[in-house]
Amino acid sequence: MSSPSKAFEPRRRTLLAGNTDLEPGAAQRTAAPVGPETTTITVTVNGTEQELTVDNRTTLLDALREHLQLTGTKKGCDHGQCGACTCTVNGARINSCLSLAVMHDGDAVQTIEGIGMPEALDPMQAAFVEHDGFQCGYCTPGQICSAKAVLEEIAAGVPSHVTGDLTTRIEATEAEIRERMSGNICRCGAYSNILAAITEVAEQQAQGDRA
Amino acid sequence: MQFNQPAGDNLFDNARLIGRPTPRIDGPLKVSGQAPYAYERHDAAEGQLVGYPVVSTIAQGRITGMDTSAAEAAPGVIGVVTTLEVGEMPTPSGMHTAPLFGGAEVWHYHQAIAVVVAESFEQARAAAALVKVDYDVTKGSFDLEAVWQQKKDDNSEPVARVGDFETAYQAAEVTLDQEYRTPSHSHAMMEPHASIAEWQDGKLTVWTSNQMIEWGRQSLATTLEMDADDIRVDSPYIGGGFGAKLFLRADAVMAALAARKLQRAVKVMLPRPMVMNNTTHRASTIQRIRIGAQADGKITAIAHEAISHTLPGGSGEDAVDQTRKFYAGDNRLIVKHLAEMHLPEANAMRAPGEASGLMALEIAMDEMAEKLGMDPVEFRTVNDTQVDPENPDRTFSDRHFVECLRQGAEAFGWVSRNTTPGGMRDGQWLIGHGVAGAYRGGPATTSGARVRLQDTGRIIVETDMTDIGTGSYTILAQTVAETMGVDLDAVEVRLGDSDFPVSAGSGGQWGAASSTAGAYAACIALREQIAERLRVNDPETLSFANGAVNAGEKQVTLASLAADGELVAEDSISFGDFRDEQVVSTFAAHFVELGVHVGTGEIRLRRMLAACDAGRILNPVTARSQVIGGMVMGVGAAMMEEMAIDTGRGYFPAHDLAGYEVPVHMDIPSQEVIFLDTVDPASSPLKAKGVGELGLCGVAAAVANAVYNATGVRVRSYPMTLDKYLDQLPAV
Ligand code: FES
Ligand code: FES
Repeated sequence: MSSPSKAFEPRRRTLLAGNTDLEPGAAQRTAAPVGPETTTITVTVNGTEQELTVDNRTTLLDALREHLQLTGTKKGCDHGQCGACTCTVNGARINSCLSLAVMHDGDAVQTIEGIGMPEALDPMQAAFVEHDGFQCGYCTPGQICSAKAVLEEIAAGVPSHVTGDLTTRIEATEAEIRERMSGNICRCGAYSNILAAITEVAEQQAQGDRA
Repeated sequence: MQFNQPAGDNLFDNARLIGRPTPRIDGPLKVSGQAPYAYERHDAAEGQLVGYPVVSTIAQGRITGMDTSAAEAAPGVIGVVTTLEVGEMPTPSGMHTAPLFGGAEVWHYHQAIAVVVAESFEQARAAAALVKVDYDVTKGSFDLEAVWQQKKDDNSEPVARVGDFETAYQAAEVTLDQEYRTPSHSHAMMEPHASIAEWQDGKLTVWTSNQMIEWGRQSLATTLEMDADDIRVDSPYIGGGFGAKLFLRADAVMAALAARKLQRAVKVMLPRPMVMNNTTHRASTIQRIRIGAQADGKITAIAHEAISHTLPGGSGEDAVDQTRKFYAGDNRLIVKHLAEMHLPEANAMRAPGEASGLMALEIAMDEMAEKLGMDPVEFRTVNDTQVDPENPDRTFSDRHFVECLRQGAEAFGWVSRNTTPGGMRDGQWLIGHGVAGAYRGGPATTSGARVRLQDTGRIIVETDMTDIGTGSYTILAQTVAETMGVDLDAVEVRLGDSDFPVSAGSGGQWGAASSTAGAYAACIALREQIAERLRVNDPETLSFANGAVNAGEKQVTLASLAADGELVAEDSISFGDFRDEQVVSTFAAHFVELGVHVGTGEIRLRRMLAACDAGRILNPVTARSQVIGGMVMGVGAAMMEEMAIDTGRGYFPAHDLAGYEVPVHMDIPSQEVIFLDTVDPASSPLKAKGVGELGLCGVAAAVANAVYNATGVRVRSYPMTLDKYLDQLPAV
């Protein structure tokens, strides 16, 4: 999809020929291109290594959704304002719409598809179903990717805006979870149920740690 | 099936599944990213091209020229469709105000005027920026305040007038006369409008995101001047709508036009920054409310006048509607004004009318209670009515508003609220409590479904009903499983395809009551077919349980009945006039506790509670989600949501999710929802009404009243941003 198909080339040339001095394309024809328009990268997505040739302007989000057809990661704004496109890169959560695919050569990406499928849901996904942590479902993969990363960040001692004491262990309190999840908008307003789901998983994890 | 009289005792009164908390059956697909939304249907059509919209940069005028040559020559571009080449096209329906595409005339800012189609999104986007447009600009006026000043004293054409308002108001012992302002709101659903279109042999298929499949199909037929039978619309998963996707929008029209011209499948998603001005919004309002009451709190006179903006020919916002029915009072005056201007199209957003109207009315009720020295819960209770105040012969089918107030107050602990504005402190925080009433109609409309009994005993239900997050998949499965006596997981629900029977669709909170009744009607038709097979004269004598049908001594499994081929039954429910002879409505009381920081004025909600009366609750899980979601939207309306108008250029400048702020996790406290244990036999065979819009109604006013209670500062203009009250806070 990233380069024009041959079938349409002649038509484009015809147009260019008729408007030689007006077209940005015309300049490209005479001047040397600044550089290649596409780049081939290798990314590991959900454990599988993928070689992709992408337009340099392609976001990581569109590389996932359009090139790999992994459409679980959602596009809500394409501008880093909603969190629907959240996935993890090398274990850290990221708004994939704000990152170009070419920046991720060699990276390991995990998307909702790699977290769990309907027959074998991850505990976080199961908790979202149990607590009805969504309605339309469009923000949901992003919420779940974020939620899992939030618990990891808390466990790793990464402080947030609401962390009071930086010298003690950070607990997965309601305030910590709400604050850290605030980059993931849910217009359906499932926030309280999402909090309940994350809290339940946090408690399960805490019990697991104690056991 | 005709619903011509109130439902008697029926199987839903002793239900196994209806009314039980049931997790969403579409849940596992949604949490794993496997539910395909419109733009994601890679499977739907081969060789999909990508269209990127070009939108007008003026509010009103004419396009005098478009130069697409640079765009057409850009890498990857396959073609461009412009509004000029297409020419004027019909407005899609009577519910639209502006056409969506075609012709030289510009009705509003960000109107779609071209679509650039390329092999990839990046190419289409880059090329779209190369389209040059020349305009002949018409200077417009976009100042709602100015029109209000001209019109506000004109009561010559009221919506309703009962008794003699002016005389009664003048004679009243306690009176209130205030103005309130609500800004325009954006639906801001998380999935932008998106469509994929493909033509084959003159027939059009559109995979899209639309709440009302049949409206969408008919609108496409009107716009493209073709036979609706040659159009298929498919929308099984919808990433939120809230009214933004009630109607056909430009994404589908552009995709269809481009696909026709280029003979390839084309997909178009509205870029987020185009959504707010290209599509619809809830109009801003200015409202004046006058209330006169006796010293005992009984309202004797009530007037509600409101103005909103609309494109010429539109109907604006019905912010006065609920005031016609909500509270008693013998003398009444209701006036609606319109200010026609070329802002983007004002149209329905969740709880159209009531959402804005109650933002004003329920502050007015709070102010009035204070003037009377009454508890605001008590003041509302005193003015409850069991009849239509404009027509006392017309009764409410089932109204328990007072019970909402009582149960809500009790559960919330209203008795220990702060009773002195500005009088309660918790450290650095001023604590406030607020209450508001909620009223929203309980409409229902014709809805069809088809059920198909398989030789496995499974039942497939097909209807063009949509699930926009409301829980339709689940309540339809519950309804069919209940009626046919099978387990929930023996039912497969297929939605959103115009090849299926026409349903009520999702809007006006009529979807749940109507579509479950339609599925019930189809099941009853299937039961009749089964009776015929079994040579039983009266289908009512059959009982359906455990995947089998019992006829006297005889028991036959449903699977065996379909052994020679599936049994298919189709029917629809239609609602008789008797329903409209009463007022069928839903009610709620909202309670809020919050803190306002003494120094910074920051508002932090502490807890929220809603007590709702909406007939039988079909699925408490999804119904509760609808209500808490509405409450979240109400918090947004109270505290942050505002599509400010550029009154010079005529558009909404803050038109993305950074400029138009909606609540995030940190804004929302713990929420409690109480459903009254009521049934409304006049509403539907399941005795159910909707809750999806009720949850929003009144919430913003409850927050506003709590802010007043915390600080003693009354804000009558939403949203309650710091600039409106910080300088009036009590001295620290
Ligand atoms: S799509 Fe990336 S933040 Fe909205
Ligand atoms: S579930 Fe619809 S936006 Fe979150």
